[in-house]
Amino acid sequence: MIRYALVRGALLIAGLLVSSVLIFLTLRVFPGDVAQLIAGTQASPAEVEALRESLGLNRPLFAQYADWIGGIFRGDLGTSLLSGASVGEELLLKAQVTVPLGIMSLLIAVLIAVPFGILAALLRNRRGGTALSVGAQTLAAVPVVWAGMMLVVVFSVWLGWLPPQGFPRTGWATPGRAIESLLLPALTIGIVEGAMLMRFVRSATLQAAGQDFVRTAAAKGLTRTRALIQHGIPAVGLSIVTVLGLQVAGIIVGSVVIEQLFTLPGIGRMLVADVGTRDLVKVQSELLVLTGFVLVVGFLVDLVHRAIDPRQREAA
Amino acid sequence: MIPRWLRRLWDTATGRFGLIVVLLVALTALVSLFWTPFDPQASDIGDRWLAPSWPHLLGTDDTGRDILSLLMAGARTTVFVSVGAGIVATAVGIALAALGALTARWMRETVAVLVDILIAFPVLLIAMMISSVWGGSLWVVIWAVGIGFGVNIARVTRPELRRVQQSDFVLAARASGLTPAQSLVRHLLPNVAPVFIVQLSWSMAVAVLAEAGLSYLGFGASVVEPSWGLLLADLQRYIGVHPLSVIWPGLTITLTVLALNLLGDGLREATDPTLRHRGAETHTPAVVA
Repeated sequence: MIRYALVRGALLIAGLLVSSVLIFLTLRVFPGDVAQLIAGTQASPAEVEALRESLGLNRPLFAQYADWIGGIFRGDLGTSLLSGASVGEELLLKAQVTVPLGIMSLLIAVLIAVPFGILAALLRNRRGGTALSVGAQTLAAVPVVWAGMMLVVVFSVWLGWLPPQGFPRTGWATPGRAIESLLLPALTIGIVEGAMLMRFVRSATLQAAGQDFVRTAAAKGLTRTRALIQHGIPAVGLSIVTVLGLQVAGIIVGSVVIEQLFTLPGIGRMLVADVGTRDLVKVQSELLVLTGFVLVVGFLVDLVHRAIDPRQREAA
Repeated sequence: MIPRWLRRLWDTATGRFGLIVVLLVALTALVSLFWTPFDPQASDIGDRWLAPSWPHLLGTDDTGRDILSLLMAGARTTVFVSVGAGIVATAVGIALAALGALTARWMRETVAVLVDILIAFPVLLIAMMISSVWGGSLWVVIWAVGIGFGVNIARVTRPELRRVQQSDFVLAARASGLTPAQSLVRHLLPNVAPVFIVQLSWSMAVAVLAEAGLSYLGFGASVVEPSWGLLLADLQRYIGVHPLSVIWPGLTITLTVLALNLLGDGLREATDPTLRHRGAETHTPAVVA
């Protein structure tokens, strides 16, 4: 186990390194003259030169990269080119929206996917099971932004139950209103992600149903359904853990679009705004934080999977 | 003569549905080059927000543009982006798979690790990274999906390529004097083509979703280009007053993505003999648009 963790940890570090280099190359090197790009076409040569100086773009590339990464290790993610505000502080502020949104989305996705996925497997070859599968397949093809719009139409425009947009200015000081405004966005991401997860759960359940230990339990007198629920479900839980990393990536991507749709002041909306204004220093750090998060989750998922799967534990 | 795999594809209900809808979208894109019921960009303030009726079958938008015509013209953009992304994904996928399967050991393993790392990059983040430097455009979508999904194709194709490469007939061909490049073209690629085509179909589905999402965010199609995602963004602003008009672009996107996914599933069943005998359990891929 420890050996595995070390190897996997090395892969994580390699991953972080590769992504940071890729982001750095794309945002700093490939564009050519970054200072000109940021300053725009109307800037005078002197202004561009001043900007180049202040960004440290005259220094060797490796030193620039080392500055950036070194800063991150000290907790300094740089400052915005436009406002001069600290990127790290802003990220922490925005995380207060995005992290709860992500957790709620994941919960909803799992709450949808597990019962319906197992049901779809139990009802295989029957009309109900087919309907569930078709439903999941269709929902997985829905663009997340449109799913959000349709939920707004139903729950805000027609029923008037939930706010169509926005996040309370008071933030989590008014937890009721904060949760209320995150409910529709989380439901949107949760449904679309849940539909994808449901298909994993279904095929994992079907696979478990074919396993010897489930068939033996059935042969010893349990009904097939009971045997599956008592002995097969742990195996299903295991397979959910494997795709969890993927779900997290999906939720991050979903939150970028959904925060825009619901005008939530989160990390995704921050990224969209900064890409729009070409605040490259911010974009650079934000992208690294997001991809780093995906990589770290993937690492943790692999470790947990390894730790709870008895077959793999013995092999290690 | 109809090839066998095509007939098998047609024999499954999902494959048939996928094939028909995908062809229909392509045909619509083609027709829209010559004819749409109305000029998709012509606004007519007198005709704004018409309900679905004759002659505006799906109604009109906030400036009186005909929604059906906009959707038909948008199909062009969708076809352009998904075919473009498919081509890039093919190139990236073949290159990485070949590097990861056919080269010296250290190279193979480096590429494998690299692919494992790159696969964690969501397509949308790649797209935003590109557009923060070069600005948004449909090409951004093509490159982002192409690279993102190409990595995925490489991961699926690499073991397959390696298996074929170690088979006896390839060895025999090598022994009789074929260069590695020749054997790649003549023996290896045709043998992994089925796996490849399935992935390609799925990658085009991702491209359609990504185009819609990125155009919605403002990093895809420009205002003058007809796009389903852009139409969603346009209509969303009036969702409180005219909630039903957003249904059409959304349904169109969903149907197209569903069809491409099902086409991929169907192709997989039709070309993979092991699946046919087991009674197929198919899976659309694990890639985040």
